Amino acid sequence: MAYSDKVLDHYENPRNVGSLDKNDPNVGTGMVGAPACGDVMKLQIKVNDAGVIEDAKFKTYGCGSAIASSSLVTEWLKGKTLDQAQEIKNSAIAEELALPPVKIHCSVLAEDAIKSAIADLKSKQGH
Amino acid sequence: MSERKPIYLDYSATTPVDPRVAQKMIPYLTEDFGNPASRSHPYGWTAEQAVENAREEVAKLVNADPREIVWTSGATESNNLAIKGAAHFYAGSKGKHIITSATEHKAVLDTVRELEREGYEATYLQPEADGLISLEKFKAAIRPDTVLASIMLVNNEIGVIQDIEALGNVCRANNIIFHVDAAQATGKVVIDLEKLPVDLMSFSAHKTYGPKGIGALYVRRKPRIRIEAQMHGGGHERGMRSGTLATHQIVGMGEAFRIAREEMASENERIRMLRDRLLNGLLQIEETYVNGDLDHRVPHNLNVSFNFVEGESLIMAIKDIAVSSGSACTSASLEPSYVLRALGRSDELAHSSIRFSIGRFTTEADVDYTIELLKSKIGKLRELSPLWEMFKDGIDLSKVEWAEH
Repeated sequence: MAYSDKVLDHYENPRNVGSLDKNDPNVGTGMVGAPACGDVMKLQIKVNDAGVIEDAKFKTYGCGSAIASSSLVTEWLKGKTLDQAQEIKNSAIAEELALPPVKIHCSVLAEDAIKSAIADLKSKQGH
Repeated sequence: MSERKPIYLDYSATTPVDPRVAQKMIPYLTEDFGNPASRSHPYGWTAEQAVENAREEVAKLVNADPREIVWTSGATESNNLAIKGAAHFYAGSKGKHIITSATEHKAVLDTVRELEREGYEATYLQPEADGLISLEKFKAAIRPDTVLASIMLVNNEIGVIQDIEALGNVCRANNIIFHVDAAQATGKVVIDLEKLPVDLMSFSAHKTYGPKGIGALYVRRKPRIRIEAQMHGGGHERGMRSGTLATHQIVGMGEAFRIAREEMASENERIRMLRDRLLNGLLQIEETYVNGDLDHRVPHNLNVSFNFVEGESLIMAIKDIAVSSGSACTSASLEPSYVLRALGRSDELAHSSIRFSIGRFTTEADVDYTIELLKSKIGKLRELSPLWEMFKDGIDLSKVEWAEH
């Protein structure tokens, strides 16, 4: 399968790999996918008191496109408010990475991971 | 990015044509180009002689009579011809039930499926966790109307060797035609068809350093096995397979099988040593599992699953070596290997499996490079893997409720 240069770049040099303290009240954790399906994404965001995402980390078990999709969204998330983060669409991820049709599900999973991390954060903060 | 070709460790997919084989083939394309069926001039006689010499070489490798060898386009055609040909011929006298195994090559499985559509019934035996077919389960699957059984000698994915002699004896005792797909076996295991109770056996040239597009089917003469032709025409190959013989391909297969016969003992010794070196190196990586029995196995195959690493990203990471993945992620389907699933491997382990197959031109340096590559890339991918993190935190992944999608 031929990957775009952007996918290869994120795959070779993934940004923001790692974990944040999931017990921190300012950290939201999203875990989506399943091992049996071939991809699991863990996305974590940390917001400051102004509600702006100041850090994002990921770990992904999955194909190159899944790794690239999650690496890309960690870059996009930093500096965004939760409302802005909520607006990130899978189509934008797929377009940025030039994902082929069979890999669109990777971008869907990345969008799901964002939503899941935000939901976790909001439930922690009592929203 | 390097322009260098990756190290080839996919000899079970296909092998390069041995230069000695290629040399022998060339004259039959340009000079001795005659049709072996031409009886009226020396062009035909020369070609016919070459074809018969090759037939003898193929027969010799498996200790058969040359008259028992029928040329085909490859093992897929041989499997089709053997299974459909025998099932059709003997359905009336014996019945319409077929026994095979779930880990056969698609050329066998799909042929049996086709017969099912024609009204035959089939039993697909599940192998044991080591990949081997249980003799007891095989016996239990036999019915009064069982006409044919088809079991491969060497599995293409995990390299395990089935006990063909024992299975064949059961077939003999029950008057069942026994077909064996030996595409992966020639040059790797000793095949003696004078002793083996096998009625039909499929061969391929390109897995044994011969050219693609040529194969053969062994059809036993004593006791005589009959098959219905699947390809009709000029009545070549005693009516079993019509079509002008591809002299250069046949010459190539003959030469490849001659070399296999003469060199397999020493070659397999060398390859086994390399395989063991690779195995020991890879087993230094934590959470690494060998798929399939290691004792009943051809020396050149190693199939390993690396836990908590996804198959396609692994293939991407090791693009400096050419290997096969047990995961069909690269196609649209996302289906893990049906062979590994049949062994009871989880989807995750099936997805993350790599088949290394070593061959005639593999060196110790190739193997050492591969070990180091895998160590470093598996380490990198596990750093990225949330599953590895959970495993290291002592979480039982089978108890996690995943958001399946």
